Amino acid sequence: MSSNDAKSRAALRRLSPAASPAPSDATLEETLGRETPLVPTSSIAGRSLVIVIAIMTFLASLSAGAALMVADASVDWRREVAREASVQIRSAPDRDIEADVNRATSVLVAAEGVRDVRVYTKAESEALLAPWLGQGLDFAELPAPRMIVVKLDENRRADLDALRRELAQAIPTAALDDHRLWVERLGQMARTVVAVAALVFVLIVVAMGLAVAFATRAAMVGNREIIEVLHLVGAADKYIAQQFQRRFLALGLRGGFIGGASAMAFFLFSGYLASRWTATPDGDQLEAMFGSFSLGPLGFTVVGCISAAAGLLTGFMSQEIVFRQLRRLDGAE
Amino acid sequence: MLSFENVGLRYGSGSEILSDLAFSITPRSFQFLTGPSGAGKTTLLKLVLMSLKPTRGRISLFGKDTQTLDKDSVTDIRRRIGVVFQDFRLLEHLNLYENVALPLRVIGREETSYRAEVLELLRWVGLDERIASRPSVLSGGEKQRAAIARALIVRPELLLADEPTGNLDPTLARRLLRLFVELHKSGTSVVIATHDLALMEQYESARRLVLADGRLHVFE
Repeated sequence: MSSNDAKSRAALRRLSPAASPAPSDATLEETLGRETPLVPTSSIAGRSLVIVIAIMTFLASLSAGAALMVADASVDWRREVAREASVQIRSAPDRDIEADVNRATSVLVAAEGVRDVRVYTKAESEALLAPWLGQGLDFAELPAPRMIVVKLDENRRADLDALRRELAQAIPTAALDDHRLWVERLGQMARTVVAVAALVFVLIVVAMGLAVAFATRAAMVGNREIIEVLHLVGAADKYIAQQFQRRFLALGLRGGFIGGASAMAFFLFSGYLASRWTATPDGDQLEAMFGSFSLGPLGFTVVGCISAAAGLLTGFMSQEIVFRQLRRLDGAE
Repeated sequence: MLSFENVGLRYGSGSEILSDLAFSITPRSFQFLTGPSGAGKTTLLKLVLMSLKPTRGRISLFGKDTQTLDKDSVTDIRRRIGVVFQDFRLLEHLNLYENVALPLRVIGREETSYRAEVLELLRWVGLDERIASRPSVLSGGEKQRAAIARALIVRPELLLADEPTGNLDPTLARRLLRLFVELHKSGTSVVIATHDLALMEQYESARRLVLADGRLHVFE
């Protein structure tokens, strides 16, 4: 230290009315080594923002999870349906239906790509009509069709068009249904559900971004004097923006964690409930729609990523908004 | 170090509140900036600090035209200037130690690297027993000393003090002036904005920059 420095500091010392004793170790311990955030915690509507982010993360996770479950279930539906075809042999006055069934079975067994052929017995075929025609009906007088279920080999694709033609030549009353219509409808429905979920997800993210933007702007207005002082003591815009980002990142991560954890708990609980209901009609419908109604490791990873992204998005957005606002303030000066 | 050339300032489409300001401040100089209340002393200091832009004229700081500076250069220049605000502008949510250390903290220095420096300065201004106190519990004099310590912690080349004795009794005001004189002798250029004639009379040899009716008159 130069002698001039010493002189000026001696003058500073003289400003003090009386010499003061050294600070106690306890005071030093409490005060030093910690850095109070430059953006005061109380100046941000922290709790409200955490709740908003938690709710948004929860909803975003729900929509993403539901989309994933439907997409997975749709793959299962389509795979299951595509593995199977059915042949219906209609009854005709001039034909022996049993002979037609046997002939059709022979054609099917000989066809390329057919793994298994199961002929529904007369009783089984009639049982299939029971839901429409009622129980206890005498089918002897009715021209009830017969059903043959064909299991297709996944590894060797069957030429269903050729098989259809071959069957039609051998048995005019035979009709091969490859369930293509169902597959297309299921696929379309699944795509619609996933698209709607994606739209909901995007809307939620936009709403969350707007909430963060409002909160950041409000925090900047509330801390305008602090920002001005920081500027005047030599803080760069980047440094100031980082102070806001740090506060908002912490809030965003907290909200994201709460929302994500709640969503995971929701999916786990729902999976548990669904497993308890599997034997009931409601449970069957749920399973038809969402498969096993369990999210799976990929789903939980996605929810975890959404939680982290909510925090990071909050921090990034607040920093960008502060940067932009500081530039605007500078332009206004 | 600092020069104003035909600087004028107006707000919006009103008339100029500062007109044709032309003066310079050389290194190691000492000056009072004076004039009646409302003459524009604080506004002039804001122009120096680049928190206001002149509507005409040229301000040069440390050899650079302030109109052409980018934000990083503005920040670099502000780090060479210490400011004591009329209303202290201590941050209420920080304790005294953190307030004084603020200019070092914002340039990214680690707390451990400046701890001894800040404690030493606080001891010198007699506030070492109040390091954990918030500004709200400090007296006007203590706040004043804390504001001065904050301005000095970066060892500025130019010190601007806006009505630094406004809240002090005459004895403390005299002590404060002695401090500024010592700082000036140690190589810092000092500009004290005040309308306290008694204060100025204690240092007759200082330059006087007198603002009146929006114009500046320099008395060497």
